[in-house]
Amino acid sequence: MMSAPSISACPACVAAPAAERLAERAAAMREEGIVLSLPTIHCAVCIGDVERTLSATPGVRSARVNLTLKRVSVVADPGVSAAALSQRLEAIGYPAHELDPGLLSVTETDRRGRDLLMRLGVAGFAMMNIMLLSVAVWSGAEAATRDLFHWISAAIALPTLAFAGKPFFASAWAALRARRLGMDVPISLALVLASAVSLFETFEGGEHAYFDAAVSLCFFLLAGRYLDFRSRAAARSAAEELAALEVPRATRLAGGVETVVPIAELAVGDLVRVRPGGRMPVDGVVTGGTSEIDRSLLTGETLPVWAGEGSVVSAGEVNLTGPLTLRVTAAGRDSSLHRMADLVAVAESARTRYTSLADRMARLYAPSVHILSLLAFAGWFWLTRDLRHSVNVAATVLIITCPCALALAVPAVVTSASGRLFRKGLLIKDGTALERLAEADTVVFDKTGTLTLGAPEPVALEALPRGDLAVAAALAEGSSHPLSRALAVALSALRVAPAALDELHEVPGYGIEGVFRGVRVRLGRGAWVGANHASDVTATWLGIGDAAPREIRFADAPRPGAAAAVDALKARGFRVILLSGDTETPVARLAATLGIDDWQAGQRPEEKAARIAALTQEGARVLMVGDGLNDTAALAAAHVSISPASALDAARSASDIVLLGQDMAPLPDALRVARLARRRIKENFALSLGYNLVAVPVALLGLATPLIAALAMSASSITVSLNALRLR
Amino acid sequence: MVILVYLIPISLFLGGVGLVAFLWALGNRQFEDPEGDSQRILADDWDDRPKP
Repeated sequence: MMSAPSISACPACVAAPAAERLAERAAAMREEGIVLSLPTIHCAVCIGDVERTLSATPGVRSARVNLTLKRVSVVADPGVSAAALSQRLEAIGYPAHELDPGLLSVTETDRRGRDLLMRLGVAGFAMMNIMLLSVAVWSGAEAATRDLFHWISAAIALPTLAFAGKPFFASAWAALRARRLGMDVPISLALVLASAVSLFETFEGGEHAYFDAAVSLCFFLLAGRYLDFRSRAAARSAAEELAALEVPRATRLAGGVETVVPIAELAVGDLVRVRPGGRMPVDGVVTGGTSEIDRSLLTGETLPVWAGEGSVVSAGEVNLTGPLTLRVTAAGRDSSLHRMADLVAVAESARTRYTSLADRMARLYAPSVHILSLLAFAGWFWLTRDLRHSVNVAATVLIITCPCALALAVPAVVTSASGRLFRKGLLIKDGTALERLAEADTVVFDKTGTLTLGAPEPVALEALPRGDLAVAAALAEGSSHPLSRALAVALSALRVAPAALDELHEVPGYGIEGVFRGVRVRLGRGAWVGANHASDVTATWLGIGDAAPREIRFADAPRPGAAAAVDALKARGFRVILLSGDTETPVARLAATLGIDDWQAGQRPEEKAARIAALTQEGARVLMVGDGLNDTAALAAAHVSISPASALDAARSASDIVLLGQDMAPLPDALRVARLARRRIKENFALSLGYNLVAVPVALLGLATPLIAALAMSASSITVSLNALRLR
Repeated sequence: MVILVYLIPISLFLGGVGLVAFLWALGNRQFEDPEGDSQRILADDWDDRPKP
């Protein structure tokens, strides 16, 4: 998403063809296997538990926990799925989520990170040695001794600069070839000019050599580059993820014969068969069979919807209980899933236009430094006609203005703030996400899976007789319907042993039926079980023989911390909006519980995105919090977005920040930290500009010595880093 | 000042030793998971025999 060049973005990376990146990603995925996020691990026992459990899983070759990143990387045979592994971990009490392997591309990121760290180390050691020699020169070494020290410094500095400065030279060269003036051009120019001038002075036995300045410049810049690199993650396109959800093949019915054909070969009017558990390959109308369909991915509705002859279904919905025959109304490019992917793609491309504070700074900075240095040269040459002195002054100006502190200003703050938010359970995926988060003034929530946990739970089960519960447990275990599964889990938690049933079978679209001690028992839709009033709450009915059916109600529990988060946001003056695809009653109830006045139910994905666009048009900066396929376009359209770790891949890809834990409470904190971080970044800019304001006139007057340059550079870099650390 | 002839090479050599040690540690992935490594010493696994 964020490929815009920033203060130290590598233009070569930006310019690299997308195809290459895709290939790299594929290669990385093959090598690294599965990466799971473990938000709750914190000690040696946790490490042991997780590694032992995973290693004992068939097919797993190795598992290694990284406690610093709260992750485990698993190398496993191709058959092992991330979902199965996280289930095993959840069973022993460690919630686990798969994180996008592209986002965390471990091998590739490691290699590049280590490369930068190595250059940083080399520059650091060289800097220390040269500084030792320079201290002697500064304290008054004369003639031969000084020349000798300069020569030794040169012998250390030149190879070091060639090696450690390579990232800057490479990206400056790429920027020049693209006819741009990035931050790396003045940096490279300063490095090259400083070494050349110093080497010349050393030859001539001159007084001032800037080897120490050049190497420490390189060191500080690399430090900034490394921090920046760590806060940057390879972005994945949510639109691609959505396209991946599409079912590639469908079963076509023609003249009573079923043939499996690619989606592209389907035409409007064809008949297609969809088995229970399958995803709808096309948009269509049901012509045969009854079932229930789960459209929560597309619409956010919690309740499965009954589907029979004449029902309209969309691609991407899941068929739950019975086989269905569909007449195709739209396939491939025209299907609703594809239209949604297009919507997301449009939103994503609009978003890359964000310019970070660092970019804005760099745009001002690079030209002014060059002009200043050129003016210094021209001025001094015009006044003194002394070429050597003029070049010396120009080089000093370049060295002193070189953006050491500026290069550290943003990455140091972002690293410090991301670290702090990570400990609170938020993973920042994008370097500029914090800046955008700081600008947010409106928060839009999705309901299902975001403000609620997205899993219905039966309520008031204790009110039912124990015997009925045993029957319900037996019936519930016979079905894979989400409500049945939730009921079975809740009943086993209540230690209800299932009764022995005969002739257990599922009636697609209606419920499940069996015989208990010679009496017919049913669990399912109200009308089918024999209840004569329909209610708008999520409920299933239990009928035993001719007795009056009993209602078992379900509620989708609010996410822990959701109410506190909404309260805190409202107290701090944020506008809070709830947009849900669910029906009016549950949305209204949740809005009332959480105290959200501005809510809308029955929102389609494009309506959500349109609402966000409208808010943006009005001048609001929207933070979107959502988790579903139906939120993906809205997440991509919003100024900044957050999704829970349990969200769909596409939604996570579209968002800038992932909420790792289940608790929503860190959300207001994140906004606070983001604003604090932006303030620190601005302070850092002011600090480094302040140093320049003092040092540049000194350099322009030709009064700067290597000692002054070293002092100004180190002092400003250290102040900026310390200021960033104040965030903790 | 003759002492410099010894001292400068010695200081450079010591600096070089430090650099090599750093590069070795980096290549050996010692900076990947500092927090985890500090916790792992508390685990009892492989206390009795080396990890195969």
